[in-house]
Amino acid sequence: MQDLISLFVKSIFVDNMVFAFFLGMCSFLAVSKNVKTSAGLGFAVIFVLGITLPVNYLLNKYVLTPGALTWLGEGFADIDLSFLSMIVFIAVIASMVQIVEMFVEKFSPSLYSSLGIFLPLIAVNCAVFAGSLFMQERGYETLGEATVYGIGSGVGWFLAIVTMAAIREKLAYSNVPKPLKGLGITFIITGLMGMAFMSFMGIQL
Amino acid sequence: MDKKIFTTPIFTANPVTVLVLGICSALAVTAKMQPACIMALSVTIVTGCSSFLVSLIRNTIPNRIRIIIQLVVVALFVILVDQILKAYVYEISKQLSVYVGLIITNCILMGRIEAFALGNKPIPSFIDGIANGMGYGIILIAIAFVRELLGFGTLFGHQIIPLSWYASNGGFYENNGLFSMAPMALILVGIVVWIQRSIQKNLQEK
Amino acid sequence: MNTNNNLYTIVYATLMVVATAAILAFVSMALKERQQKNIDMETQLSILSAVSLAADANSADDKIAYVQNEYDKYIKNSYLVNYKGETIPGDAFAVSLKSQYDLMKQISSAPEQEKEALKARLQLPVFECTLDSGEKVYIVACYGAGLWGPIWGYIGLKSDFNTIYGAMFAHKGETPGLGAEIATPAFCAQFKGKSLFDGDTFESVEVKKGAEDGNPHQVDAVSGGTITSKALSSSIRQWFENYVPYLQLSAAKAEASVEQ
Repeated sequence: MQDLISLFVKSIFVDNMVFAFFLGMCSFLAVSKNVKTSAGLGFAVIFVLGITLPVNYLLNKYVLTPGALTWLGEGFADIDLSFLSMIVFIAVIASMVQIVEMFVEKFSPSLYSSLGIFLPLIAVNCAVFAGSLFMQERGYETLGEATVYGIGSGVGWFLAIVTMAAIREKLAYSNVPKPLKGLGITFIITGLMGMAFMSFMGIQL
Repeated sequence: MDKKIFTTPIFTANPVTVLVLGICSALAVTAKMQPACIMALSVTIVTGCSSFLVSLIRNTIPNRIRIIIQLVVVALFVILVDQILKAYVYEISKQLSVYVGLIITNCILMGRIEAFALGNKPIPSFIDGIANGMGYGIILIAIAFVRELLGFGTLFGHQIIPLSWYASNGGFYENNGLFSMAPMALILVGIVVWIQRSIQKNLQEK
Repeated sequence: MNTNNNLYTIVYATLMVVATAAILAFVSMALKERQQKNIDMETQLSILSAVSLAADANSADDKIAYVQNEYDKYIKNSYLVNYKGETIPGDAFAVSLKSQYDLMKQISSAPEQEKEALKARLQLPVFECTLDSGEKVYIVACYGAGLWGPIWGYIGLKSDFNTIYGAMFAHKGETPGLGAEIATPAFCAQFKGKSLFDGDTFESVEVKKGAEDGNPHQVDAVSGGTITSKALSSSIRQWFENYVPYLQLSAAKAEASVEQ
């Protein structure tokens, strides 16, 4: 249990998808103009990461890693499908996003109207795809760890985009040099926030 | 041949600084020159080839599964590049780790395929892809140049700053470790944008 | 042709997937051997650099061939030992350090009565290296979790099975300039000449901030890399604790053969 909690905290603050790995930057920069939309996209990312990571974990463990197919019989023990992992992960993400979108539309139209427009954007959000790749590369060992890592990274991304949006809302009233307005200053602020987040690196978990 | 297809993405419509595409992987691999160059090359090859292939089959793709088919084409080339890197430049592929895979979700690819390759003939699509990859590569290499020089005192692993300058050898100089960390890359991109927009005033936001 | 037809869509998707999978499977098979060679070469190079061999690997024209050649030249014998110090069958080179580390973790958290059974499953690699001078060095491994990811290393012991001849450590992603310093030659060189035993008791070699000068069981930690240093220290201890019976048995054997 303690492991899971520390993994959760670590994935939010220390291994923050945006500030430590620059992931999901495209939508981060494009959508972080106001807090409400940012929060919507942030929730959608948490949701999708929380669903796709466990699914990809199971696929990785029982299909993709070398020797993973042993449960089918001894003859399958030598098969190594790891070269297919990227394509499988991205397909899972794209189809999960589609399925989630259909479910939400059918059962909760109110949620759909607030979240729905963001869902298709997420299929190509690198933070979501990277979640699966990091899970594979770091070798998380249990389904629980994979899920917690997924949700934690999502929360980290949510935090990053909402704080950024809040700063940008205030920024509209400040006097930024013209060539730096918009994109340029956003980059620099993200960098400064990243430095602030670096202070979390010292936490012993 | 229209030369504009080639030059526009490199300067006036640079995918990174103007269209804000493909930032994710642009930053993480720029701590040193060597991985940055390999990454730039990989992205250029993948954008070129996948634009070409998608454009070739553009009239047969069923509209409903368009995005998935595009992803499959892109993933195909990315995995090929990844496998080749693993076989021939193993050490660099280790440094790039998951970021090679992340080319799949690099928005430059999907962006160019949607915006250009789906509506154009294969050859111009190929050139458009290559040019966008190069536009991306130039930014990558420029940032890596500054980061490696100031952060490690080296370029491509060769010592550039004279060793006798270092404080540990009785000199006055010290590497700036901050340049090897993530946030400095973001700030450098910010500065590149600043410079570009000071020159090209029409890009400035209101 | 109507490309929005259901049947067409399904057939198209299937063909696409099959074609892609076929191309990838073909390429992966064609490149597999070379990829494996790279991975093997890396392990061989780590083992050799623990005893300061294969120093020219990075300037060699064909790195893989060079390392393979050096490895075959110096590493004459390698085997696996169990926690009792007995040699067991198996390929020392192929054994995954991570799987052994996972097993050790399992052992330390298992209830007392199950520990024996789990311990019996340990397979610890030993590589025997014969130097140009004819001196024999026994290289053992260690592996553990650093701050960000795994850290591992190989440690060469002189034929008294006590004094360290040389060591190398590596890491996956420790903080540059801080924890990552454990992989520098300067840090690894500190291990030279340190000893594991004090008389007959096992003392290990501790990585410690402000190590006492001349203490044979301590080396100076990397500055700023506290967590990495501690992790390295504890993984060295953890692995050597399992190697101790092998070291003691071999030392006794070596002594007996000298007396004869």
